[in-house]
Amino acid sequence: MKYYVQETCFYLLVLIIVIASVFPFYYAIITSFKAGTALFEVDYLPTSFNLANYAEVFASPNFIRSIFNSVFIASATVGFAMFLAITASYALARVRFQGRGLLLMTILAVSMFPQIAVLAGLFELVRFLGIFNKPWAMILSYTIFTLPFTVWVLTTFMRDLPMEIEEAAIVDGATPWQIITKVFLPLLWPALVTTGLLAFIGAWNEFLFALTFTASDTQRTVPVAIALLSGSSEFETPWGMLMAASVIVTVPLIILVLIFQKKIVAGLTAGGVKG
Amino acid sequence: MAQINLKGLRKSFGSVEVIHGIDLEIRKGEFMVFVGPSGCGKSTLLRLIAGLEEISAGDLEFDEKRVNNDVPAKRGIAMVFQSYALYPHMSVYDNMAFGMKLAKSNPGEIKERVHNAAKMLQIDHLMDRKPKQLSGGQRQRVAIGRAIVRDPRVFLFDEPLSNLDAALRVATRLEIAKLHQNMKDVTMIYVTHDQVEAMTLADRICVLRDGLVEQVGTPDELYEKPASVFVAGFIGSPKMNLLQGAFSHDFDCTTVGIRPEHIEIQTDGAAKWRGKVVHTENLGSDSFIFVDIGHTEPVIVRQIGSHRIPVGTEIGISPIDQHIHRFDENDQIIG
Amino acid sequence: MTSYPQHSGGQSLAAQRRKAAFWFLAPMLAALFFVAAWPLLRTIYFSFTDTTLTNLYGGEWIGFKNYLSYRQLSSGRVIWKGTLVDPAWWNAVWNTVRFSVISVAIETVLGIIVALILHRNFVGRGWVRAAILIPWAIPTIVSARMWGWMLNDQFGIINDILLKLHLIETKIAWTANIETAMTAVLIVDVWKTTPFMALLCLAGLQMVPKDIYEAARVDGVHPIKVFFRITLPLIRPALMVAIIFRTLDALRIFDLIYVLTPNSKATKTMSVIARENLIDFDKFAYGAAQSTILFAIIAVFVSAYIWLGKVDLAGEGDR
Repeated sequence: MKYYVQETCFYLLVLIIVIASVFPFYYAIITSFKAGTALFEVDYLPTSFNLANYAEVFASPNFIRSIFNSVFIASATVGFAMFLAITASYALARVRFQGRGLLLMTILAVSMFPQIAVLAGLFELVRFLGIFNKPWAMILSYTIFTLPFTVWVLTTFMRDLPMEIEEAAIVDGATPWQIITKVFLPLLWPALVTTGLLAFIGAWNEFLFALTFTASDTQRTVPVAIALLSGSSEFETPWGMLMAASVIVTVPLIILVLIFQKKIVAGLTAGGVKG
Repeated sequence: MAQINLKGLRKSFGSVEVIHGIDLEIRKGEFMVFVGPSGCGKSTLLRLIAGLEEISAGDLEFDEKRVNNDVPAKRGIAMVFQSYALYPHMSVYDNMAFGMKLAKSNPGEIKERVHNAAKMLQIDHLMDRKPKQLSGGQRQRVAIGRAIVRDPRVFLFDEPLSNLDAALRVATRLEIAKLHQNMKDVTMIYVTHDQVEAMTLADRICVLRDGLVEQVGTPDELYEKPASVFVAGFIGSPKMNLLQGAFSHDFDCTTVGIRPEHIEIQTDGAAKWRGKVVHTENLGSDSFIFVDIGHTEPVIVRQIGSHRIPVGTEIGISPIDQHIHRFDENDQIIG
Repeated sequence: MTSYPQHSGGQSLAAQRRKAAFWFLAPMLAALFFVAAWPLLRTIYFSFTDTTLTNLYGGEWIGFKNYLSYRQLSSGRVIWKGTLVDPAWWNAVWNTVRFSVISVAIETVLGIIVALILHRNFVGRGWVRAAILIPWAIPTIVSARMWGWMLNDQFGIINDILLKLHLIETKIAWTANIETAMTAVLIVDVWKTTPFMALLCLAGLQMVPKDIYEAARVDGVHPIKVFFRITLPLIRPALMVAIIFRTLDALRIFDLIYVLTPNSKATKTMSVIARENLIDFDKFAYGAAQSTILFAIIAVFVSAYIWLGKVDLAGEGDR
């Protein structure tokens, strides 16, 4: 008897956790399918399937534009960070040199920087380079967190590769560059995908820099577009459309995350860093 | 092909010195085995010769040319690792051809050398497999094949059998012995902690202890004339009986050593020692009888064939005089 | 990288590798200097000037005036000025600290609970783990808006649930009300970041060898005692790392608050108020000073942890 009570409580707890995790997104979805006054009735189950909000979102050129901006910025940032991080993490993970520990700590410290601390300096830099209100401003500034993150995670992955494989390659006459490109990268590609995805999510979600370094609606990234999406007054927030936009930008992320679930967990715990 | 000279070789990791100055000459075409307990520095020594570790002091010469600062690939060595260290993403063929491809050898020659090596090791039917699809023994052959393809002056083995099961270990040991027969002019250096491997494979054995050479010699020399208590105890299975105190004073030394096969059971009253049988191990071909004669450890006596002596039986045993090893207070051999 | 005694004749492997390492690291370090170190130094410099947003290069050195200065009136009264006597700033500091301590504490406890549940083998565990990843995958801004809708005073579902359960009598303006704004922020943050905490704790739990639990069960140790005496000490290192990362993250929070409770005095954190001054209020140098203080606080926090030597963040210890 006691066993059944315990089991019931356990599964009840599991149920609560699942509902708490999923409900807000579920609620956003059912809201996004409501239009007109139906929006202002609280329903726990889907009651209508009205695509008006989605039509409105896709009819808004600026929102579509912001999706493209975000995709471009996040991809470029991740590409750039990965390019620099692969060789750097090899050096940090596999080569013994003085000050390696200190360097690793510094890189970790940079990834934990309060971004506000560099905002003023970056603002000046962005203005100086003439890239204010251009995607390059975001690509430049996002490097401050994507680069240390990718270096850090890839370093932990590289460290786990067996020593003897590298030594076999050395005996075979491979240079460090050849070890990376011909031996390590083919072995690490799952880790690269994971790291890239986490960095991509980080760049996709960034808000502070994107808010500060863009000025016109055509240059916004998705988070800024969604944050600034409002009606003519505070009391006329277009909730239906807002929820539709939220669903549109979140669904691809959730699908990606669910596909790469196991790898993401490994990546998160390897880096111990929030993506 | 190469004669290797180690002159006062030292290695430190940080402030800890692990190799304390080793002088050793390895002859051309010789099969040299480094043996010793774990932590004796044998693997480090091999890695110094391979060039995978930096030499802290002393000289390393291949054919009288100093190679201290040559990268491994330039030394003309090939190495077989304990974990095989095959490239998991490459086929067997690519694993074996990788070194030559990096060296930009001509493709025809690569193909020929890889196929010859594969044939020699009977792995030519596995060329398209990935390492994952191979058994432990096959992997080890591929690793050896990869080394052969490099056509090295010096062949280095780092405990290559320790990941194999007992039966496969014996078979692969034979392979390696054959390999040595077929590649007469290639110098081979082999690291192991297993004295049986050392005894069966080596032309000469170098016994290492705490980063120093304890003794170098042929297996017979080491077995018959161990230079120290350590070597006496390390080489041979079961261990040589080493007796101290009153037992050794009879022989005018600090430690006296007698191998189990050099002790006779005597039924008459002339036995040197008397004691009770505490345990017997019967292997069929021979038997080991453990006799408590009042020493800290029982004396092991080897008898040919199957001998069953009940535990508790009191027997007399005597060492054969010409096979007694006497060691002084510094554990070194006397005379 | 390091000085290395050059031998004659060729380059040893270690030297070759160190040289390669230098060239592998150089571009990354240059990039980091460019986007992190230099802007940080400029921010600190700006904090000692009277630079304005419209005239970035016209600022003059004014020393500590943005931080603290005083002026004595002819009457003898001393008037203090600067961030360090600015009540709005101290309010933000208090908000940030309150938010960080409470959110990290709740997230840690909930994270451990969720991790313990996921550590058990049960039907559908994979699905539950997937479900708790959803809050983590949703962009912060999107979650802020989603919850903003759920917490809406008139049409929000939260008020509806609470009313139906008779937990409240009248609808609450969660985000607008001074008393509840911080609670609203905490709810969303806990919802969004507990999965991260749970996953890190779970990884820690999975590293504990199973036979320890079996031994404890054989010995008949009570499960609660097992948790406090065995599990918790064993996952402590993983937990500490997770808590540090979360705390640092909480101390710099900006986006959630900016979107969920805009302009609420009860939730404005250091990052929010610093950006406000930097960009919106054209008190550029003043905002730079506040940014610098936040940076200093976090730097002190991090170095304290490292110096206490409690955590091996770099994972170098066992190498």
